[in-house]
Amino acid sequence: MTISRRHFLNGLVATGMLGTLSQTVLAEWPKKAFETENINDAVAALFTEIKEVDETVITITAPEIAENGAVVPVEVETNLPNVESIALIGDKNPKPLIAQFNFPDPENSIAWVKLRIKLGGTSNIVAIVKSNGKLYAVHKEVKVTIGGCGG
Amino acid sequence: MSKFRTRIKAKLVENEITEVKLLVKHPMERASHTNLETGEFVGTPHFIEEIECRHNDKIVMSGFWSGGISKDPFCAFRFKGGKAGDKVQFSWKDNLGNTGSKATEIG
Repeated sequence: MTISRRHFLNGLVATGMLGTLSQTVLAEWPKKAFETENINDAVAALFTEIKEVDETVITITAPEIAENGAVVPVEVETNLPNVESIALIGDKNPKPLIAQFNFPDPENSIAWVKLRIKLGGTSNIVAIVKSNGKLYAVHKEVKVTIGGCGG
Repeated sequence: MSKFRTRIKAKLVENEITEVKLLVKHPMERASHTNLETGEFVGTPHFIEEIECRHNDKIVMSGFWSGGISKDPFCAFRFKGGKAGDKVQFSWKDNLGNTGSKATEIG
């Protein structure tokens, strides 16, 4: 089953307005975006136009050398206003798209997330931030001595 | 009781800014293991797909996750407008249909 971008975006709106996760009324998990093995497809399935910015606008805090790729702490922070969503991508992962966070009420959200991710090897972490309807991306290289994707 | 232990902590870090920390005991398997000869993944993926956090019944953060998140996922985020004693609820659902949720008060 394929999910079009429009369908996916509608789904996001639906999550914001309807039921809790334990109920069946849910946006469908964007399978196409998460299952793809090509980074461009992953981005294209989620977003259309992206502007590359430098790290003064969006900051990715991650270790320069991660000993264990299975657990890489990552922190994304931005000073862009009205952030609606943040997506994280690891470009060497078998399935590059790692996570997406949505903030249904952008005015009361703070553009800061912290989580622990897996990296398949030395790779670029890409963070894509949606602010005021526009997309901004930044990347940071992390060297990984032991890959974290099986093996 | 779910075998996946869900934990949530919410704390005021600055005036009107609440930091929420989430932790789930979950395998987050992209696949069971890698076949070393062919390099292919075999086995069943098992990971949290969807998460949601509510502050007094209003969604403050929702997200889609994948097997690219580490085992026993930890996640933190912040939002504005919380007060001490307000209810914050976290719920999740994985690709095999398991769910979990936990509520706490902002401390």
